[in-house]
Amino acid sequence: MRHHLVTVIRNGLLTLGAILMLVPFGWMLITSLQPAATTLSVPTTWLPRTLQWVNYLHVWQAAPFARYCLNSLLVTAVTTLGQLVTSILAAFAFTHLQFYGRRALFGLLIALMLVPGELLLIPNFVTLAQFHWINTYAALIVPWLASIFMVIALRQAFQSPPATLYIAAHLDGANDWQYLWHVLVPTTRPIITAVALLQVIASWNAFMWPLIVTNSQRLRPLPVGLITFTTEQGANYPLLMAATVCVILPLLLLYLGLQKYLVMGITTPHSKG
Amino acid sequence: MLMLNAKPTVKSTLKALLYLAPFLIITGTFTVWPLIHAFLMSTYTHYNYYTNKVSALGWGNFSTLWHDPNFHLACHNTFLLVVIVMPATVALSLLIALGLNRSRRVAGFFRAIYFLPFVTSTVAVGLVWNWLFRLDGGLVNHFLGLFGVKAIDWLNDPHYALAALMVVCVWQGLGVNIILFLAGLNNINQRYEVIATIDGANPWQRFTNVTWPLLMPITVLIVVNTSITNFKVFDQVYALFQGSAGPDNADLTLMYYLYQKFYMENQFTVAAASGVVLFLVVGVLTMLTVAYYQHRQHQLGGD
Repeated sequence: MRHHLVTVIRNGLLTLGAILMLVPFGWMLITSLQPAATTLSVPTTWLPRTLQWVNYLHVWQAAPFARYCLNSLLVTAVTTLGQLVTSILAAFAFTHLQFYGRRALFGLLIALMLVPGELLLIPNFVTLAQFHWINTYAALIVPWLASIFMVIALRQAFQSPPATLYIAAHLDGANDWQYLWHVLVPTTRPIITAVALLQVIASWNAFMWPLIVTNSQRLRPLPVGLITFTTEQGANYPLLMAATVCVILPLLLLYLGLQKYLVMGITTPHSKG
Repeated sequence: MLMLNAKPTVKSTLKALLYLAPFLIITGTFTVWPLIHAFLMSTYTHYNYYTNKVSALGWGNFSTLWHDPNFHLACHNTFLLVVIVMPATVALSLLIALGLNRSRRVAGFFRAIYFLPFVTSTVAVGLVWNWLFRLDGGLVNHFLGLFGVKAIDWLNDPHYALAALMVVCVWQGLGVNIILFLAGLNNINQRYEVIATIDGANPWQRFTNVTWPLLMPITVLIVVNTSITNFKVFDQVYALFQGSAGPDNADLTLMYYLYQKFYMENQFTVAAASGVVLFLVVGVLTMLTVAYYQHRQHQLGGD
């Protein structure tokens, strides 16, 4: 009986916490459907009488959100795929190929992973200015085509299949290149999906870097576009919240679909700790 | 074994280099070189970034920081942010993880909810909080009003602006930590708890004597991770105050200071120097953690 009461209290508190976590999302959704005049009146009307879906249409007309969306999709897709290719190749070299200085190079990578990216912001800006890459897609993509974290995570994953698999593939006439892409990558697909998903989230939500290296509407990804939209619209919260929903929704759907991979991606690098 | 244990040769090294080349070129250009460059830049006192001409070197940038009251303010604010947000986030996420660990049936559902902020754009979420915190019509004041609290102008009153930022940081930081704590709890062998129960330990004793010590490694990791994240807060400030550091610079963080110097005032070298300071703080924290883990492994008799 006492045990039962504890469970009820525990679940009650967890539910309360979950509601607090959800409030901002709920309020965003409700506000995005309010007619523009009602949101600044006190007391707040909780639910609008008629849902103003038209706000979403206005957002798309008021700012080039379609363009921002395409930019975000392009930058996220190319960055993630590029990182996967460079990291898979490098992780393969670290696990299956012999070369001079392998241990030293890997130690260097571990040390470099601890460097906060923010320190590199200014010198990288200077490098890109010298390349004349400021305000190009290259500036948004190329510096992010390699990820030390991803190499380290994939190296761990590539060590797990048994060596006999490698030997068997060689006996069947496969060379390293074929073994990598036809055997190793398919067998470690869950981890690859997990690290790719983490990168998709990071790229889609990146803000400071695109804010600094772009200043034209043509190139802006969604988060930067959203902020410029804010300065244009002032306190028109229903429109602002409708725009915010557009930025958040794609990743939210992706997350709900691929949640287990995300949990795996976060916990695997620490599982040996 | 075929190739796995062979000695490296010139030929095998060349082959490996082909596989490593794309990664090494990008990392060299955009991680290794800028790391060196950042330290060099912080000592340039006369510098034209466009022509990359350096005409004087010295410690001038660091002395500029030392004498800049805004830098002091940024350090002060960042310090407060870390000292308050980190313990709050860690304690709350531990409590929630302990709760979820007991109610396994509903854990997946709740975990999904607590994790939502991690997936969403910080800027977008900051904007939502800007709306929640508004004086007129904001939900936070409306809610506090139910308890008779007078409306607070969270985003324009220097006394409350930092508190508002802290709420957002805690709200956002919970998800990752809960997942890490849950992973840590999962690794604890159930038998220890059963034995402690048989020995007559009550739930509190079980927590302080069994669970907490076994959770220590993951807790250290979480404490450091959370501290580092909060040392680098920027997006939240930008979105909450829509391109300013709050009333009277009440929410000026170290990262925001760096951004101001670099992007708004074009003082590249001073900004680089502040980046070096940030790096040293975060670096010391990281080194301490690594030392902790090595010490621990040593104590456990090595791996």
